[in-house]
Amino acid sequence: MPNLIGSSPKRREDGRLITGNATYTDDVQLPGMLYAMILRSPVAHARITALDVSAARALPGVVAVYIGADIEGRVNPVPCAWNVPNCDLRLPSHPMLAVDTVRYQGDGVALVVAESRGIARDALALITVQYAELPSVIDPEQATAPDAPQLHADIPSNIAFTWTVAGGDADAAFASAPVAVDLRIVHQRMQPSAIEPRAAVASWNPGSEELTLWVTSQNPHIHRFLCAGMLKLPEHRVRVIAPEVGGAFGSKIAAYADEALASFASMDLCRPVKWTEDRSENYLATTHGRDHVSHVELCGTADGTITGLRARVFAGLGAYASTAAPGIPTILHGLMYSGPYMIPNITGVIRGVYTTATPVDAYRGAGRPEATFMLERLIDLFARKLGMDPVAVRRRNLIPSHAFPYTVATGLVYDSGNYQGALDKALSMFDYEAFRIEQTLARAQGRYIGVGVTTYNEICGLGPSSIAGATGFGGGLYESAIVRVYPTGVVRVYIGAKPHGQGEETTFAQVVAQEFGLPIEHVEIVHGDTEKTPQGWGTYGSRTTAVSGSAVKLAALRVKAKAKTLAAHLLGVSEDDLDWDGGGFATHADATQRKGFAELALMANLAWNMPAGLEPGLEATASFDPPNFVYPFGTHICTVEVDVETGEVKILRYLAVDDCGPLINPMIVEGQVHGGVIQGIGEALQEMAIYNEHGQLLTTTMMDYAVPRAAQMPRIETAHTVTPTNVNPLGVKGIGEAGTIASVPSVVSAVCDALSPFGIQHIHKPLTPARVWAAIQLATAGAA
Amino acid sequence: MALPLTLDVNGSERHVRIEGRELLVHVLRDALGLTGTHVGCDTSQCGACTVLIDGQAVKSCAMLAVQATGRQITTIEKLSDGGLHPVQQAFRDKHGLQCGFCTPGMILTTIDLLSQCPDPTDEEIRDGIQGNLCRCTGYQNIVDAIHLAADTMRASASPAA
Repeated sequence: MPNLIGSSPKRREDGRLITGNATYTDDVQLPGMLYAMILRSPVAHARITALDVSAARALPGVVAVYIGADIEGRVNPVPCAWNVPNCDLRLPSHPMLAVDTVRYQGDGVALVVAESRGIARDALALITVQYAELPSVIDPEQATAPDAPQLHADIPSNIAFTWTVAGGDADAAFASAPVAVDLRIVHQRMQPSAIEPRAAVASWNPGSEELTLWVTSQNPHIHRFLCAGMLKLPEHRVRVIAPEVGGAFGSKIAAYADEALASFASMDLCRPVKWTEDRSENYLATTHGRDHVSHVELCGTADGTITGLRARVFAGLGAYASTAAPGIPTILHGLMYSGPYMIPNITGVIRGVYTTATPVDAYRGAGRPEATFMLERLIDLFARKLGMDPVAVRRRNLIPSHAFPYTVATGLVYDSGNYQGALDKALSMFDYEAFRIEQTLARAQGRYIGVGVTTYNEICGLGPSSIAGATGFGGGLYESAIVRVYPTGVVRVYIGAKPHGQGEETTFAQVVAQEFGLPIEHVEIVHGDTEKTPQGWGTYGSRTTAVSGSAVKLAALRVKAKAKTLAAHLLGVSEDDLDWDGGGFATHADATQRKGFAELALMANLAWNMPAGLEPGLEATASFDPPNFVYPFGTHICTVEVDVETGEVKILRYLAVDDCGPLINPMIVEGQVHGGVIQGIGEALQEMAIYNEHGQLLTTTMMDYAVPRAAQMPRIETAHTVTPTNVNPLGVKGIGEAGTIASVPSVVSAVCDALSPFGIQHIHKPLTPARVWAAIQLATAGAA
Repeated sequence: MALPLTLDVNGSERHVRIEGRELLVHVLRDALGLTGTHVGCDTSQCGACTVLIDGQAVKSCAMLAVQATGRQITTIEKLSDGGLHPVQQAFRDKHGLQCGFCTPGMILTTIDLLSQCPDPTDEEIRDGIQGNLCRCTGYQNIVDAIHLAADTMRASASPAA
């Protein structure tokens, strides 16, 4: 049997997806189902002075209308589940429906439940609300100013937390360093834009007093845990089913009021209730990403050695702290300030800030793109100030491959790495020296081309549960799997994680089929239903293969060990006399004295002849709690040409060399890199949530928010180096977010390199033609 | 106010009672249970709701159901009658999908594109699928899948084959 690990069988999940037979949440139809819609505040910040729902209630076909006062006390507030310690975290109560004050455009004001979608929408239009508008503030730094509007009465200066990271003595390093550079970086708000909007179908069974909730979720077990709390239900009476999920990118981690409201209505009315957001609602009420304003500095010596880093960050949280929000700019960001470099002295002060905007939560990369972007841009500035090549500066400071495990100044222990190896591979594939010559020639002809090189690492494979606990994360970070072998030798594997496009139905089947010597078609992976699957914490943080895949592997090994015990019994030999021959157990002495896997599956399930003490059946459960995070890494190189007349940026070439350890399915890994890189290019060049001065979101449709389209995007060249981790039994790291983390600085650095003849050091992303053109004009005017 | 309406969907005459304001996509999904056609936006930007109407790719969220009377409507569910369509097969072979939400619309747009342009360049493909958003794949494998589908369909259409 050929080795399945490292091969690229076609995806198991595709059959239903390409034929229209998949079931996404909004596809679920139940008899007697009602439709819910939420009236959302059209203003950013206001007191509700009058709210009249009587006309809506009177509309034929409307079954119920609820306002905040109707449900207050009957449900619990929306929780924040990452209570980062030692930072004076202040969490305001977050009601499911605003009671007297709305704090962002999109804040829920009323819930309508009706017999049809159309009637529900008509009813929304019949609700009258008077808003006494209050001032708004969107910029997280401005929100901390003394005269800024105050969102929550008991949270002065809108500061949710002040979290610090410190290692070495950064102030001393800066005081003695001959060279220092600084930069103000704006990580614009991003709208995750999964093509499937969020949806929920709630069905309360008044007889069994059980709630079944279909919901667009990356983590159904977390949704069960948090929804049970919001609804005051015992957790074992809540079944969460995340069926097919149409993309998420972090935006379907959080527990939202919306699915809890649909559930509340179903419980109150004893009928199934469906709620599905439309796209404008998605852009207003589904969490956003990024939103940091960062003041950062880097210092070093004249030979290009980095000696210190300081960062002062204002991280916008929006109006309330969403489920994972406090952990993102702290644990997943501040702890990564050393990146792949040796930086002995680091200080970061990160303030989480409430603003009158949509809550911010995880968005592909979640904190790590902001850290990598900061480092990569600062290193380019540092190199330029020294007159050194930016690649040479990186090479000088990369942690050497012999130094792992390596403890950085922020306290993290990096598992394994060969950063120079990935850099060397990228440079040789790209031919960096040739590009620099071409660039000189191009400039002589008035063409502005540039190159951006990013050497990155990231923290993922979240993570040890003990660290989850120590950092205030309201859950574990292990994963569990059940491997169940049926009498006919076919296998089902039940996992607690929740793939939603990443292809683990295929990669995990490869792992199990390889272990048992089965055709991949004989292994099915089941996920998404809390009633079927063992406890798990979900798919985010590039953790599913590293953590859930490892649980699958361990469970498969347990099954195999039991099969071996049975084989020895049936053959009348000692287990020590048996070897796995790829499809069964055979004796050393005589390879024909064997028991194949299918026969063992049958005999274990029939239990006609079990050895003493061995239970019938062939099934095992395993949980895997990793002893450390994993730290994938790589080098990305991007070249661009800038039209200095229009400010338009054209990507000439994009090369990604990534190291995520051994590749189980290279086709799927490359797909993750492609998607991640393009998402980062969107962030670098065109995507941005835009609010006006009244706190109104202007980018509320896909016409206004610039999700990358096919004709705007380049091809991506991919390559890999392979450095296994010893943190998990598969040796694998994550790859879902790496592309986004590495691509944003690669593109921005390439543009700034192209425009270096103008003296341009940095341009705020997204680098739209208007911004690039304006930067060129400013630089030219300054020079004149 | 329920209107009786007859639609020609996937080769069958279907009788439904709908509100006059209902969009074709909602009638396909809710009244006819054809949930392979998806809704991703409200402004005909994303293309997840694309169906074929008289062979042409149309965003079914941008059309009232009553406007579709007398037209032949084809949804993703019809395509695999008698085995996968070469475009479906190519999307699978080239890993041209991840979460799959945009995929039905992307496949139907591709069928229209290849009917007009049987041997497209990269640029023609990327231009041809401009109206369909994919957030997962970065489009690269979709472009490769469309090339493969075009090759397969040309080979089976050519008399020599």
